[in-house]
Amino acid sequence: MATQHSRSAARLMMAPAVFLLLVWMLVPLSMTLWFSFRKYLPLRGGDLGWAGFDNYVRFVTSSSFWPSVMTTLMIVGGVLVVTVVLGVLLAILLDQPMWGQGVVRILVIAPFFVMPTVSALVWKNMFMDPVNGLFAHLWKFFGAEPIAWLSEASMQSLIMIVSWQWLPFATLILLTAIQSLDSEQLEAAEMDGAPPLARFFHIILPHLSRAITVVILIQTIFLLSIFAEIFVTTQGSFGTKTLTYLIFQRVLESQNVGLGSAGGVYAIILANIVALFLMRIVGKNLDA
Amino acid sequence: MGRIQLKQVKKSFGDVTVIPPLDLTIEDGEFTVFVGPSGCGKSTLLRLIAGLEDTTDGVIEIDGKDATMLPPAKRSLAMVFQSYALYPHMSVRKNIAFPMKMAGMDKAEQDKRIASAAKALNLTDYLDRRPGQLSGGQRQRVAIGRAIVREPAAFLFDEPLSNLDAALRVGMRMEISELHKKLDTTMIYVTHDQVEAMTMADKIVVLHAGVIEQVGSPLELYRNPRNKFVAGFIGSPRMNFIEGPEAAKHDAQTIGIRPEHIEVSTTEGLWQGRVGVAEHLGSDTFIHVHGVPGCDPMTVRVGGEIPVHHGDTVFLNPNLDHLHRFDAKGLRIQ
Repeated sequence: MATQHSRSAARLMMAPAVFLLLVWMLVPLSMTLWFSFRKYLPLRGGDLGWAGFDNYVRFVTSSSFWPSVMTTLMIVGGVLVVTVVLGVLLAILLDQPMWGQGVVRILVIAPFFVMPTVSALVWKNMFMDPVNGLFAHLWKFFGAEPIAWLSEASMQSLIMIVSWQWLPFATLILLTAIQSLDSEQLEAAEMDGAPPLARFFHIILPHLSRAITVVILIQTIFLLSIFAEIFVTTQGSFGTKTLTYLIFQRVLESQNVGLGSAGGVYAIILANIVALFLMRIVGKNLDA
Repeated sequence: MGRIQLKQVKKSFGDVTVIPPLDLTIEDGEFTVFVGPSGCGKSTLLRLIAGLEDTTDGVIEIDGKDATMLPPAKRSLAMVFQSYALYPHMSVRKNIAFPMKMAGMDKAEQDKRIASAAKALNLTDYLDRRPGQLSGGQRQRVAIGRAIVREPAAFLFDEPLSNLDAALRVGMRMEISELHKKLDTTMIYVTHDQVEAMTMADKIVVLHAGVIEQVGSPLELYRNPRNKFVAGFIGSPRMNFIEGPEAAKHDAQTIGIRPEHIEVSTTEGLWQGRVGVAEHLGSDTFIHVHGVPGCDPMTVRVGGEIPVHHGDTVFLNPNLDHLHRFDAKGLRIQ
């Protein structure tokens, strides 16, 4: 493909980027590993020497550990289901020719531009507030007792907020995928006697499989580490403490950097297990 | 059975009328070719018959029954698309089985029909492959297979050979003609290639700007074109049209003479000209002759080879028995 000369030139020119990325990844990773084996309490004496595997044992035996892993997985799974299902439906809807298509598409994509902190605060105060929230007013209008969303249905509320943020992303990717579907295929299916639902399940959905895989993989990466939404709404109470939030509490609220770093290493392991499962389940969709 | 009748069928997209009211009858078992330049409405007409487009006005009858409002699936027509429109995530077997599966046919009958279609189309070894692993010609055959198994009243082909290379196209042309002889089912075939039309059709429908210019058998159109458009469109290389005083001698606005009806001489003849480009095809030579009054360049077909070079002066003798005369409106004068 290339000559010896151009290959070495390419290597030389890529080197700074590779070096930067390596440093970017290796420095925090090795620092986390380093601290996870230290007894490091910043406000209670600083670095107090080696701790061996104490931090790891303490983190994993804490009563909060397994619930936090479950919470993390539930939020990731819940948001994935909601965004993929609604994303497919919305993408099909947006693909239909209609008046004001451009404006509607921008509106649909808009939530993605809102910062997580801001959107979670808006949801918390404007919609979910049990006294003044729009949902409370809606419930009262129909004569029902308003729900204290974030305390009574905390997980559902969180999944709703995060899904609202990620739905535009899923919709956008799935919309471009739907647009690449050859219309003659749908017409052929129509001639072959497939009613609309059969066309959806036999033609459109298989065509979308690769895009759905991409959505699932990318969203999983980001959803495993959601933090701001929990921080500004429930503060980890009412069973919404994810692994990320637990680490935050160990490091900043308990001022125990060593313990938190050990949690960080567990988070890396969890992410890799999830990734392994995902690649096993949906990875084959990415092959040509 | 597959007799298709169009009565005053009209199609408009908004204010633009693509097909003005049109009547056409396609008899059962006939191989009908819609031919015309791109944008002449031939594909739209096919899609109207298929039911993929709604008619603006008029009636489409299939076997005597009004099918104008029927959805595509209920018209018992099968279509082969230009892009083949195979389902990429299904194996060849599943592609062919799809229409039968949708019709709820029982599995044993499905397998039987798949096997016989695969055998007829030389696809038996490829049944478990995906369309992406097949060559263009094989994909084409899968698309045809998918159409055959439904045992439709008529087949619709929308420029099915335009994505194949020249050699394959000739081969597939034969195969489709063979298939028609074997199945004896009505076929409607859309193409812009007049060679395909001439070689395959029982009946050619020449379309121009949504209007039917002429309907007839290939040789009828070749011998007796109704107007200048049909005369120029049917036949390759196209007919030479001569205007001016030369045409006036024959009491016509325009006269037309096909390249194969002109003799070339180096010594004497009716018209004189200069040799331009000569296309040597081996069996034939097409010579473009410049300087003939009223027609520049004039194309002449010579069997075999002829020792003339660029710039030589030649004389042309038209065979006046094959001269076509056209009036000011472009209609042929009998």
